Amino acid sequence: MEYESVIGLEVHAQLDTAAKIFCGCSTEFGAEGNSQTCPICLGMPGVLPVLNKRAVELALRSILAVGGQVQPKSIFARKNYFYPDLPKGYQISQYERPLGTGGSVTVHLDGLAKRVGITRIHLEEDAGKSFHPEGRAIEYSLVDVNRCGVPLIEIVSEPEIRSPEEAYAYLVALKQILQYTEVSRADMEKGKLRCDANVSVRPKGQKEFGTKTELKNMNSFRAVQKALEVEIARQIKIIDSGGKVVQETLLWDEDRQAVAPMRAKEFSDDYRYFPEPDLLPLEVSMDWLESVRKGLPELPEARRRRFIEVFSLSDYDASLLTSERAIADYYETAVGLYPNPKMVANWINVEVFRFLKEKKIFIDDLKVPAAELAALLKKLDSSSLSNTMAKEVLAAMVETGKTVEAVVAQKGLVQESDEAVLDGWVREVISAFPKQRESYKAGKKQLLGFFVGETVKKSGGKANPKLVSTLVKKHLGE
Amino acid sequence: MGELNRKKAWELLSLLDTKEISAVELTQSCLAEIDRSGKKLNSFITVLSDSALEKAREVDVKRSKGLPVGRLAGVPVAVKDILCTKGVRTTCGSRILQNFFPPYDATVIRKLKEADAVVIGKTNMDEFAMGSSTEHSAFGPTLNPIDPARVPGGSSGGSAAAVTAHQTILALGTDTGGSVRQPASLCGIAGFRPTYGAVSRYGLVAFASSLDQISPFAKDARDLWLISDVISGHDRRDSTSIPERLFDYPYSGFKGKAGLPKTTRFGIPKEFWGEGLAPEVREAVRGTIDKVSKAGYEVEEVSLPALSAGIAVYYIICTAEASSNLARYDGVKYGVRVNDYADLFEMYAKTRAAGFGAEVKRRIILGTYVLSAGYYDAYYLKAQKVRAVMKKEFAEVFKKVDFLLGPTTPSAAFKLGEKTDDPLEMYLNDIYTVPVNLVGVPAVSIPCGKNREGLPMGLQIIGPQKKDEIVLKAAIMLESLGIKL
Repeated sequence: MEYESVIGLEVHAQLDTAAKIFCGCSTEFGAEGNSQTCPICLGMPGVLPVLNKRAVELALRSILAVGGQVQPKSIFARKNYFYPDLPKGYQISQYERPLGTGGSVTVHLDGLAKRVGITRIHLEEDAGKSFHPEGRAIEYSLVDVNRCGVPLIEIVSEPEIRSPEEAYAYLVALKQILQYTEVSRADMEKGKLRCDANVSVRPKGQKEFGTKTELKNMNSFRAVQKALEVEIARQIKIIDSGGKVVQETLLWDEDRQAVAPMRAKEFSDDYRYFPEPDLLPLEVSMDWLESVRKGLPELPEARRRRFIEVFSLSDYDASLLTSERAIADYYETAVGLYPNPKMVANWINVEVFRFLKEKKIFIDDLKVPAAELAALLKKLDSSSLSNTMAKEVLAAMVETGKTVEAVVAQKGLVQESDEAVLDGWVREVISAFPKQRESYKAGKKQLLGFFVGETVKKSGGKANPKLVSTLVKKHLGE
Repeated sequence: MGELNRKKAWELLSLLDTKEISAVELTQSCLAEIDRSGKKLNSFITVLSDSALEKAREVDVKRSKGLPVGRLAGVPVAVKDILCTKGVRTTCGSRILQNFFPPYDATVIRKLKEADAVVIGKTNMDEFAMGSSTEHSAFGPTLNPIDPARVPGGSSGGSAAAVTAHQTILALGTDTGGSVRQPASLCGIAGFRPTYGAVSRYGLVAFASSLDQISPFAKDARDLWLISDVISGHDRRDSTSIPERLFDYPYSGFKGKAGLPKTTRFGIPKEFWGEGLAPEVREAVRGTIDKVSKAGYEVEEVSLPALSAGIAVYYIICTAEASSNLARYDGVKYGVRVNDYADLFEMYAKTRAAGFGAEVKRRIILGTYVLSAGYYDAYYLKAQKVRAVMKKEFAEVFKKVDFLLGPTTPSAAFKLGEKTDDPLEMYLNDIYTVPVNLVGVPAVSIPCGKNREGLPMGLQIIGPQKKDEIVLKAAIMLESLGIKL
């Protein structure tokens, strides 16, 4: 039988605020254990939460960015459970009345666009982190409370995702939106983004959902995709052999590339949610919402479409350039200074991306500002640098952070355009390759490139290829 | 001057200001009384003799140098051991916090210190403020100074007893369901519960967050005004704190009859006169009402039908919130942890079993139950709906009358052990006080006579939200009608 999978994702994104959601402690990542704490996030007796307005604003941005509805009045609720990294014994979250409802994320897969609906977006605080050192003599666990009270939004999708690849594409699109709007760094590796998945399968054509399972503990987008693939296969196998899928929570084991049920004690069904009496209902006025809306940047999807229209770029180039807001900004700055959209796109998508990948850095960390890239391309365009030379210059700029002028001067990289010098090289090359010369003369005109290439090589990359080409033709005929 | 500790704060402040007495003398007179009767009554968990005297000396120096002093400069104030005091043990009357030293001061403590009050000690209480007799304390029961065979009421019984026995001039308690008004009534002193949000809850160890309110004890309503003015006010650390100032300072209206207009109308809720009200309390309150009427004020009977559900609604909401508020006492970070456990779950279970007393456990279990899946709608949600109806009824009735008047408690002080075996009987002692907490309005309990056994009885005046100052004005008026202990 042919099956269809039904997937819904719950994404937790850390809001990019300086302070925690209910106290003034820093949210900085990587500080010494339990150093970023105060009586409030430690859950001391008698303390009270005070809502960080900035966190609300970022959450509002995210709701507007996916086209959702901001609820004028939402309510915080306590989610009650015991765990050592939850100092209060409850997490302040939103339950029955979340801040945002509705909206969608546009997902691109195999050249097709599809909207995945958003059920809700709500605000909540993060819990701490538990460490369980392993070893025979170790009979303790450690808790780091630094993360306690870090602001999160939970973004719950509709069960409208139909394949693991689509889930991956959804996460990519969502991450892009969160980064564009500066709501979250959305970096899954640093724990700024976490994703749980609900998945079920059903025979193709059937309307009712099958029994779902929940997948947790995936540490990357690829892990989400892989875990879904594994789980879908597991469910299909169960159903095909006449069994029934049990509704349960499963943990993804990255090392084993397999899922395993969570131990019963790690997980409890009844969180006894009730409205948080220490916080007033969260009311968002029209004015507030309007000011947030005004501060919203152009979203990735819109920017992609604009790049295609205004700069006449291909879908592929535009998608790559808008994959991150910083890259798109870089591109637009460079094009503003050197208005050759296609050439700038090529250089960024090929050369710049290669350096980013090699060095494992973000474009913000690249030592070549957009203006310098533009200056480099101008030189290339005016034939004062050859393509090869330009690449060499860029590599040096990436390494040293020096300007185009400085690198060119230092390397003595000036293109040779003196006709007398070039003519000497061309003559030498032509006489060195008699066979090719005869073929060319016999009509194999595509060998022009060969002669030009050899001449440039001979010159140590300095020869101006345009002039060389003219000289070759002069000697051998058109 | 002799017997300084028997005087009221407003009398003492003028003596202090004119330097007829010193803050050190005054503090010493209270400490001497604590020495004499403190152990027997078990009113304090911690006495702060050294820091109190140090503060008193500091205030005396300030006055002698002519430096400005705070509004309660040199006046001893005892605080319930549920208010966090930096570096001073704060137990909440519980074994589980017997070694807890808060790293910060509650906002009210900070305000008292800024007002140059002398914090004299931390008073005994029912564990986590759960109780009506101060018998549920891990540090033993507090006795009623009027009759040591009887309870002082609760949960702020230590503070009530301390004021009554002249161990302090003023005291703070907390009133979640009557925990200040009821002991005030049983001890024959005055106790005031301000509007919800008037006093910051920051640093008040939570029992039931939507009902808890720090509330003062004093010997009369004028003193209540003095300390309420000091402890109230907006606090950005408490999101439920109200922005308005409820007390107009400096206030001059406490001279003479306080100038309550004769058109003031008092409503007598008929639901307050039902079954369970002791005849002597009924008579005493009736007697006062007659005096109010004879003094020319309007008195009329009113009805608030939802009051009949008060106890049920209260014990659902307060236990629900408590079950969550007390989850943090898990043995992980502070407080007591048992030594012998096999795993995490057992550590929690054993720690909480050993650390909490029976009444606290009863309420945690009740509260967990009413919030559980499948029961939430039938209990918690329904209780919130009735609470909303009750708020509406109060708002309606306050369109017709300025105040509600009635008994504070159904009976005078009961004997130690009399109700400990019957929680429901104990809960019914709060029948007239809990509606105030559910609705969040201000209410004051003042003495209205003694019964044949010489035990005090109290009446309460309930006012509309944020009319705290007027409620105290009415209390002063009633006191001026010659209601004597």
